[in-house]
Amino acid sequence: MTEVRTGAVRMMQGNQACAEGAVAAGCRFFSGYPITPSSEIAEYLSIMLPRIGGRFIQMEDEIAAMGATIGASLTGVKSMTATSGPGFSLKQENIGYASMAEVPCVVVNVMRGGPSTGMPTLPAQMDVQQARWGSHGDRGVIVLTAKSAQETYSQTIRAFNLAERYMTPVILLLDEITGHTTEKVVIPDPATIEIVDRAKPTESPAEYMPYRLTEDCIPKLAPFGTGYRYNVTGLCHNETGFPTNDSHDIDCLVRRLTKKIEMYEDEIIRWSEIMLDDAEIGIFAYGSVARSANAAVRLCREAGCRAGLLEPTVLWPFPAKAVLEMARRVKAIVVPELNLGQMAREVELASRCSIPVHRLGRVDGNPITPQQIVDLVREVL
Amino acid sequence: MFDYLKYIREENFPHIWCSGCGDGIVLKALLRSMEKLNMDRDQSVMVSGIGCSSRTPGYVDINTLHTTHGRALAFATGVKTARPELNVIVVTGDGDATAIGGNHFIHAARRNIDLTVLLYNNYIYGMTGGQCSPTTPKGARASTAQFGNLEPPFNISGLAIAAGASFVARGDVYNAKKLDSLITKALQKKGFSLVEVVTPCPTAFGRRNRMATPVKMMEHLRDHSVSLEKWETMSPEERAGKFRTGVLCDVERPENTEEYAKLVAEIRTDR
Repeated sequence: MTEVRTGAVRMMQGNQACAEGAVAAGCRFFSGYPITPSSEIAEYLSIMLPRIGGRFIQMEDEIAAMGATIGASLTGVKSMTATSGPGFSLKQENIGYASMAEVPCVVVNVMRGGPSTGMPTLPAQMDVQQARWGSHGDRGVIVLTAKSAQETYSQTIRAFNLAERYMTPVILLLDEITGHTTEKVVIPDPATIEIVDRAKPTESPAEYMPYRLTEDCIPKLAPFGTGYRYNVTGLCHNETGFPTNDSHDIDCLVRRLTKKIEMYEDEIIRWSEIMLDDAEIGIFAYGSVARSANAAVRLCREAGCRAGLLEPTVLWPFPAKAVLEMARRVKAIVVPELNLGQMAREVELASRCSIPVHRLGRVDGNPITPQQIVDLVREVL
Repeated sequence: MFDYLKYIREENFPHIWCSGCGDGIVLKALLRSMEKLNMDRDQSVMVSGIGCSSRTPGYVDINTLHTTHGRALAFATGVKTARPELNVIVVTGDGDATAIGGNHFIHAARRNIDLTVLLYNNYIYGMTGGQCSPTTPKGARASTAQFGNLEPPFNISGLAIAAGASFVARGDVYNAKKLDSLITKALQKKGFSLVEVVTPCPTAFGRRNRMATPVKMMEHLRDHSVSLEKWETMSPEERAGKFRTGVLCDVERPENTEEYAKLVAEIRTDR
């Protein structure tokens, strides 16, 4: 592997761009377990991390990989793990732990087809609801996606920043196409990259409470070994971090875990729009499917049909306001995705069923082509 | 006299353990060992899983991490490999470490990361009400083995030795002084160290197995715990049903975080 220089234009796979983005974001710990189609992320980081004094470790299973990532993060080291569908299922309990204990970390899921072992080498987007609801219990979650190697690079950095800012696990959902497509990536100057580090406590260890209730709802967890001796648990806990059965304390905690994401939705949610201003038909597409949707919009326009695209780069919190805004402007919405309507349901909810939402689901292991989207748009019009 | 309060989070007492439980005896042996070694509380981390024994960290005034069921060693591996300068102690139980966490247990031993594991073996799932565990003796009764357990038990220390642990000892809470020395040695050892501590659960195990009082359980420990020296003099018939205590394994093997540090020193490019 050759070294990637700043400012260089490089050809690289999405999975490599993920590894490069992680290191640029300050990731210095990775624990993983081999699984197609994400393994290259681990392989690249097994080379990159020791070269910069970071730690790479291959664990005995997916559960352990998630646990080690959380343990490392508690020492103040930015940490990541990567997996695919079946491994993502196995990690869910500890992802919930990271939400509950408010430990920042990044979990990459390069989606393959399911259910079960499914299609290890073929693309799908069947984990978008699992990413939201996969772990038991109520909690807010942040889930990002990317459609290209370039976007994977920047979204991996953003995933770390959001994790550190909001003290929560952040999930980056790629798909097999994005992970395995080799294409151009421009590596930005590090000085231009925004890096967020978790807030440190300002009070003395004697006054310190790790989960102190504050208006911003974000705890300040001191890294282990810095003189603040406190307790971390997955049990319902009070401000001190110790388990509690007090119903008021429990209520405060569980509500806050959802609120701390909800109250920052406007900062977190991002999307882009292409030719939506005068569109009659709106397309909602994310991940690799957004590439086909981009092409479909162009093809539609060339044929004189006014289509536009809403492309979220944050899947959760769901961009409900943007979808409602689109629904007010267009006659119908088309949702192409590599599943049987997991996000189309959300689009229906967000548009308040005010206009028809047409699903275009593909689950045979092949990408959705621009022509498939064009055909549906024409049919709808 | 040693002041236990130095290491204790007094505000979290009374503890949740039943009367007659041996977990407090293990805790005190650990605290005496920490004092003896003058361990820096700020630089020490205790990681546990789920179960009665895994509630220990809540009472100890160091950095404490109470994780998910069976996963203490996975979390501890992250803590130790990210910050090798921290002292990491793992507290777990027979069910936590050898059933749901069995995979992590053998692999942590194989990797030989410098972790000290205190495994409280009480032959039962106490917190959930007395279901049989991988160490419940054959024939013993449990809430999920009402007619007697049909399965043979794990030999936990043997498992750790086979998997490659650097240091393995077995002790029991009847012989608490001896337990001190085993825990102290384990804390001093560089590499994966295990102390299997046989400890009574009168509530969930004893009452179903004709040892309904804490005293009965302690007598059982007294009568079945055998020193290594004595063990060597005993016939197979005499050994039946008994367990030996002492240092069962103490070998030098390359420690994982040190090996990794050597690799980093060799290939590092950012300096």
